[in-house]
Amino acid sequence: MKLVTAVIKPHKWEDVREALETFGVTGMTVSEVSGYGRQKGHTEVYRGAEYDIALVPKIRIEIVVDDGDVTDVVGIVVKTAQTGRIGDGKVWVSPVETVVRVRTGDRDEAAL
Amino acid sequence: MDGYYAFMLVATLLVLMMTVPALALFYGGMSRSKSVLNMMMMSFVSAAIVGILYVLVGWSMGFGGDGVFFANPFELFALDGVATSDYIFVMFQMTFAVITAALISGAIADRVKFSAWLLFLPIWAFLVYFPMAHMVFSCTDEALICTKIGAQDYAGGTAVHINAGVAALVLVLVVGKRLGFRREPMRPHNLTLTMLGAGMLWMGWYGFNVGSIVFTGSNDEENMAQFFSETGRTFANTTMATMAAILGWLIIERLLHGKATSLGAASGIVAGLVAITPAAGAVNISGALAIGVVAGAVCAWAVSWKFRLGYDDSLDVVGVHLVGGIIGTVLIGLFSTSAGAGGIDGLFYGGGVDSLVDQTLGVLVAIAYSGILTAVIALAIKFTLGWRVTEEAEVEGIDFDQHGESAYDLHTSLSPSGSTGVLATATKSTEGANA
Repeated sequence: MKLVTAVIKPHKWEDVREALETFGVTGMTVSEVSGYGRQKGHTEVYRGAEYDIALVPKIRIEIVVDDGDVTDVVGIVVKTAQTGRIGDGKVWVSPVETVVRVRTGDRDEAAL
Repeated sequence: MDGYYAFMLVATLLVLMMTVPALALFYGGMSRSKSVLNMMMMSFVSAAIVGILYVLVGWSMGFGGDGVFFANPFELFALDGVATSDYIFVMFQMTFAVITAALISGAIADRVKFSAWLLFLPIWAFLVYFPMAHMVFSCTDEALICTKIGAQDYAGGTAVHINAGVAALVLVLVVGKRLGFRREPMRPHNLTLTMLGAGMLWMGWYGFNVGSIVFTGSNDEENMAQFFSETGRTFANTTMATMAAILGWLIIERLLHGKATSLGAASGIVAGLVAITPAAGAVNISGALAIGVVAGAVCAWAVSWKFRLGYDDSLDVVGVHLVGGIIGTVLIGLFSTSAGAGGIDGLFYGGGVDSLVDQTLGVLVAIAYSGILTAVIALAIKFTLGWRVTEEAEVEGIDFDQHGESAYDLHTSLSPSGSTGVLATATKSTEGANA
């Protein structure tokens, strides 16, 4: 099993969710986060004072998937969230040792 | 004239609304989320403390008799000897005192002990505002600005805005900068509150300016026509100047920084209202439009001074109220027409430079009086009680440190504040154990 973590632009969240659901992903954890990449943040002006805002809002999606689905899931996220402009985000994959469903005690693949 | 009392009741309510809640919202939105309650509380207690003191001695000092600087504070102590039918005029004037003191608080947001503010309020009102109100509004034989100098001030350009602006400047110099000033962003935390507050200030300001017809004496039966003329002129001038100031501010912003901002529009409203306040009864529509657009543009530029000169006027009380107040008061010397309440032609209407000189002199007296006395009070507090909260409190949030509260609870499922007292206590002891 793998944990796919994606940080994407907020306005792409609905598209990504729909694409993942169509593929068959049954659950995910989503959070509103903020951060920056190479492009850094943006500038805002308040009464003439310019502030460099380092942290820009993003959506983080976390999905635990079977090993066999990893390539597809990553591909779907990248394809759907891509605008080609700066700040599109990142996707990374990490190994997961064990998953337990709290309600039943099911483990690993049965718990997904 | 029965209708006149109804008119003054409405005007007084409108001005009271300007402090609570309009100014509290305007300032609260501009402060940081960890300081918003403290900012609002500074307005609320201004109402309580200055309001009570006004009724005890303020009215007496302002309107209780003659005097160059002030009248006898005890002549009409606690309104003793004042007819209850005159109470509405007392209340109207009280709301001016309340908002003038509250205006100052924006300059020292985020860093001042609540106790120091509580101490400053009554002393400043007694030594600075009440005398200034007498000098400007009580046009007796001796009153300095109104009578001896002869400067026009319809609704408080000198007594309210220059007075508060100078006091704000003095306080920020004595109190010092916020930690991180010019190094870390201190963005407004909620501009929707600020827009709402600015809109309410605009509405309330009609009470301020139009209600100030009380000083022109055209409120008896024989002068009905003049009453309608004065109120209409003041209302229209207030409106036009404000609209022009919004545009003036936004144009300068767009030229200097590339964007017309919501904070700019809200600030333009206040700058225009400040500038037209002294001139509302003196100028015609063209004059009001000119004063508004100049005030909007110049104040938009003036708020950046704090970064260049290095003083930390948190919410730009100096850039908006002092600068706007000076613009409005001085421009009367150019745009005043003899058809107005003061009956004086300014320079542009063939009146020569006399009015311009009088207006400038009025401004200088207001700056000197407010500046010197505020400095004495501010320094006295600095070396006794002290102004600043601890550095830790300032960084972590003045709301919790000074009031034991936080404005927003955005994580109710994890926060002890939404739970029962028992659970809150249990949570607290757990935290203690962890510590």
